[in-house]
Parts: sequence; structure tokens; C-alpha cells
Amino acid sequence: MRRALWRALPVTTTPEGRAIVTTVLDVELISVTKRYGNTTAVSDISLRIPRGSYCCLLGPSGCGKTSTLRMIAGHEDISDGDVIIAGQNVGNLPPVKRGTAMMFQNYALFPHLNCVDNVAFGLKMRGVGKAERRAEASKLLAMVEMEKYAARLPAQLSGGQQQRVALARALITRPKVLLLDEPLSALDPFLRGTMREELKRLQRELGISFIHVTHSQEEALALADLVVVMDHGIIVQSGPPQEIFNRPATAFVARFMGGHNVIRQDSGAVAVRADRCRIGMMDSALVGAGGIGGAVCSIEYLGTVVKVGIETETTGEVVALVPDDQFFASPLTLGETTRLTWATADAHPVTL
Amino acid sequence: MSTTTDTAAARPAASVKKARPGGSSAGAWLLATPLAIVLGIFLVIPILMLVIVSFLDYNSVQILWSFVVQNYIDAVSSSATWETFAVTLKYAVITWAITLFLGFWLSYFLAFEVRGAAWQMGLFLVCSIPFLTSNIIRTISWIPALGRNGIVNSVLLHFHLIHQPLTFLLYSQFAIILAFVHLNTLFMVTPIFNSMMRIDRTLIEAARDNGAGFWQTIVNVILPLSKTGIGIGTIFVITLVMGDFVSVSIMGGGQSASVGIMIQNEMSQLQYPAAAANAVILLAIVLIMVFLILRVVDIRKEL
Repeated sequence: MRRALWRALPVTTTPEGRAIVTTVLDVELISVTKRYGNTTAVSDISLRIPRGSYCCLLGPSGCGKTSTLRMIAGHEDISDGDVIIAGQNVGNLPPVKRGTAMMFQNYALFPHLNCVDNVAFGLKMRGVGKAERRAEASKLLAMVEMEKYAARLPAQLSGGQQQRVALARALITRPKVLLLDEPLSALDPFLRGTMREELKRLQRELGISFIHVTHSQEEALALADLVVVMDHGIIVQSGPPQEIFNRPATAFVARFMGGHNVIRQDSGAVAVRADRCRIGMMDSALVGAGGIGGAVCSIEYLGTVVKVGIETETTGEVVALVPDDQFFASPLTLGETTRLTWATADAHPVTL
Repeated sequence: MSTTTDTAAARPAASVKKARPGGSSAGAWLLATPLAIVLGIFLVIPILMLVIVSFLDYNSVQILWSFVVQNYIDAVSSSATWETFAVTLKYAVITWAITLFLGFWLSYFLAFEVRGAAWQMGLFLVCSIPFLTSNIIRTISWIPALGRNGIVNSVLLHFHLIHQPLTFLLYSQFAIILAFVHLNTLFMVTPIFNSMMRIDRTLIEAARDNGAGFWQTIVNVILPLSKTGIGIGTIFVITLVMGDFVSVSIMGGGQSASVGIMIQNEMSQLQYPAAAANAVILLAIVLIMVFLILRVVDIRKEL
């Protein structure tokens, strides 16, 4: 079960006999809009999610990410635009007809059914016989390492265990796309890390697309092949995680992803990663490339790095993450006037 | 008093485990006392008296202080008693089935179709407005509607839908069931509505996500999760109908029997021990029914 790919990647053979993987989309959104009365939750967004991707919809609360997910799931009507799943325009089809399955934020396990019957629910609705559906459900429980708890009721499980059952229940109908609504937000930090690895592993093994809604940039960076940053109902930037982190398109993305200074200059605003910034004259190679003066307003020792805050006149507080050895080689004191510098290649223009 | 000191001395150790279930602290007994007194005076003592009287002999003018089981032998050996119990049970079952149907769908509508807590509570309170009048008045008020020259017959005659007044409308089993349903539907709606309001709305969405249609969601999710409310409502309706005599005598026009009427007749003939024996039998039957319902439904889930 664990090793079996549910869907092989689409492979075509070139005339020379070389196999190439063609890009096929699992989900495509075309000018999708969601309105609730007079308010627009999602405004004319378009997105292409290639087959077998781990896609994270990332943004602050109220940015439209959950509405987008629910429209893909078929739990919310689409006000305008088209949702295409595996080549089929799903319009207002019910969830099962779309080939999607959703894992709910609060897990939404049926409290009166034990684990195996919760997982088997989708098959029961399709009229699969009791023995057969339970056998299949047991396989899925084994996949999420919950087979020992098959006879337990959801109330007798911990949050992490409930989540595994919910995952098995969502996967039993063999969806083409799994939709996850803030799946890790209710877990404690340790479990969150474990479940994160597990989600990624499952996604790779099953070869299906996962669309994962989150407000944690860390989660998105760790999991996604495709990060979609949303704000105020629009997609601000989408791309691979390194691209989003290293080259934020707007000041909002830079601030939301964290670890960046957004610095206003005469030529326009730029974003510079805080760990690429240096202080004063410590690194002569950087002198003159880019810099801003100010007074040291905070010093925090974080172990491997020291976080130095500098209050500037033009942009307010900026931050440098200085490796600890460099910092202690020539320590700074609070109130001292200094310069924050960076290499030109590290400064990326952003729109405010 | 010694209990208090014991508890106080044991506190440091007990505080680790918090309150022990079933612990006999003085405070707990004190809190239970008022209810125990009320139930003792108004429930336990009357039932004990009822049981005692049911074993006493009587003649046409007085109760005789001698222990007999003749009252029970009379009751169970009379075919009239059996028929009366059977017809009362029939009323209870039919009323239960109709109120369950109405109660379930009314609650479903209130809980899942009506949007907004204000509307839900508002409409729910509307359901309870008839309860501001006495149930005897509510029963009697059916008479002008259902009588031979009542509103229903007049309207039907006026529009030439019938040529003779319908006689089954009043003083009939139909009338009795109608009154019972009218009087008791709210007792079914309230607990089922309460159960349904506790159902997490995302469960319905999860069912839909798993491919459940409307009826599949009702049968596989809503019905099992409303089971407790249905159980409580069933207990209300069954006990109220089994013990009724007013509605049956008004709506049946004195031509229909029920256990309540039978007991009332015996009392009016001063046959108190016979009435008491029938009352004890009725009580036993109702308690058995409640016991069976509790076997199926765990009402503590609702508390």
C-alpha cells in the first residue's frame, strides 16, 4: 500500500526513445471570483497547479485562501470564473464528482462511528459492502499507522491521532486532489513537525496533488513545491518556495515571509534578507554596495546568530542577522551609530 | 461533623486527585438534601401510599384494613382491563410515531435550514406559545372546530366538498390522536432540536465531501446523532399519553376508554384500592417502557 503509486506520472516517449514527463495540470483556476453579498472574498484569481504538486495557499486570515480551497472542494459556490480539475470543468459539481477530498480543520470525524467506520464512510455511501469497505479502511488506517485504534471512537483519540484518521478518511475515495484546510494549526509544535513530514511523504508516495491552506510561512516553505501567497482576495505572488523567499515581488510578501528588510531608497523599495545584511565595516567586501545608517536599538543573542536592530530615519527599524563569531569579534553597544550594508545582488526591488 | 474534619485532614492528599467521584463529603449531602426532601414528600411517600392502598380490601363504602392481592387478581383477570391497556398503548404508539415524525422534521428545519441563532430561537419560542394556555383549554378548543356544525365541516360543506357532515372528526379515535399530537409535539421537538443544535455543522459538510446525498446524511449522520433527543422525547410522549385521562374523555366524548379514565371511574365509585392497583400496574408498564428506551439511548450524553 505504502509504495503503491495511485497514479503514474504521465510519460510520453520522444522519437529517440527518451521518456519525458509531460506537464499536465491537476487544478486550474481561471478568473475565479467569490462574493458574499457586497464583499468580495476572492477577486478574479487564476492559478495553474501541475500534476502531483504540493501547493500551499498562504496568507493572513481573511485573505481568501480558505474560500479558494472551498470553491475547489465544491463546498462553496463559485460566483464567477471556472475551476478545472484534471481537465474537467467542475462548475458546481458535488465534491465526489470532482475527484477531490477535503480534510477539515477540526477533522470533522463522525463522533458516533469508530475509526474504521469513519474511514469507510465514503465507501458506504457508494454502496460498497460492509466486509469489503472495512478491509479497505483497515488498509488506509495502516497507511497512517492507526490500525491499532480501528475500534476506538474519535473522542478516545488525541488530536494527532484524529488527524491521521481524518487523512485516511479523505484518501479512501482515491481523490485526484487532496484539499487540506489548516491541517496542522490545531496540533502542538512537536506533532506539527512530525505531521508535516508525514504529509509530504504521503503526497510523494501517492503522487496526487495536495492543496494545503496555511497562514504559516514556515509550513509553506517546508512543504510546498508551489507557494501561492494571497492577500485581500488576490494572488500576490506564486512560485517555488525559494523564489518566493529569495525574490519577494512585493513589500507585503517580503514582510509576510519574514526574515526580510524592506528598505525605501530613492530608486524605489528593495527587499534584502536579514541574514545577508552586515553591520558597519565588519565585511569590507560589502562596503559601498548598499547601505543605510542608523542607531543600534536592539541586540538579541539567538545562539548561532545575533539579531541586531537598527533604527533608521528613512525606513524605521531594520534587522541584521549576524553570525555570532562575527558579532563578538567586534561587538556593538546599544545606541551606537552604525551602518547596515548588503551586496547589490541581494537587494531585490519590490513594489510597496 | 466528623466527616467534615476527615475531609479537611485528607485535603492535601486528595487535592492531587481532585474531587473523588462518589465521595461522601458533608457538603455534597447538604446540597442534595432539599431535592431529596421535595422528592420524598411529593413522590416517594405518595407512591408508597399508592402501593399500600392497592393491597387493601374494600367494600362499597370504605377501605378495609386487611392485606389482600384480590385487587390485582381482579385487574388482570378482567378482559376490560386488558382491552383498556391495549387501547391506551395504541394511542401512545400512534401518537409517538406521529410526534416523532413531526418533531424530527420541525427540529431539522429549525436547526439546519433556518439561518441565524436569533431566527432559530424566535421560531422555537413560537412553537411554545400554545403552552401558555392550559392543556384542557387547548383540548376543548378543538370542539368548535371539529364538531358536527364546526368550522371544518362548515367549510367543507360550503365548498361542496362533502354532502354530509363528517362525524369521525370529533368524539372519535381520530380526535383523541389529534389532541395528543397537538399537546405533545413540542415535547418531541425540544429535545431533538437540542440534540441537533449540538451537531457540528462541518460533519454535514464532511458527509457531503464523502459523497453522501441528502437522505444518506440524514440516515448516517443526523439520525444517529439525534438519537438521545429522540429517546428523551419518546419518554416524554409515552409517559404523558399513557397517563392521560382528560384528553381522552373530552375528545372521545365519553365513548373511548383509557387507563386514566378507568382509574378515574374506579375512584368516583370509591373503589380506591382497585384504582390504586391499576395505577401501580400502569406505573410498572411505563417504567418498563422507559427502562427499555434507556437501554437503547444513553441520555446522559445530553447532560
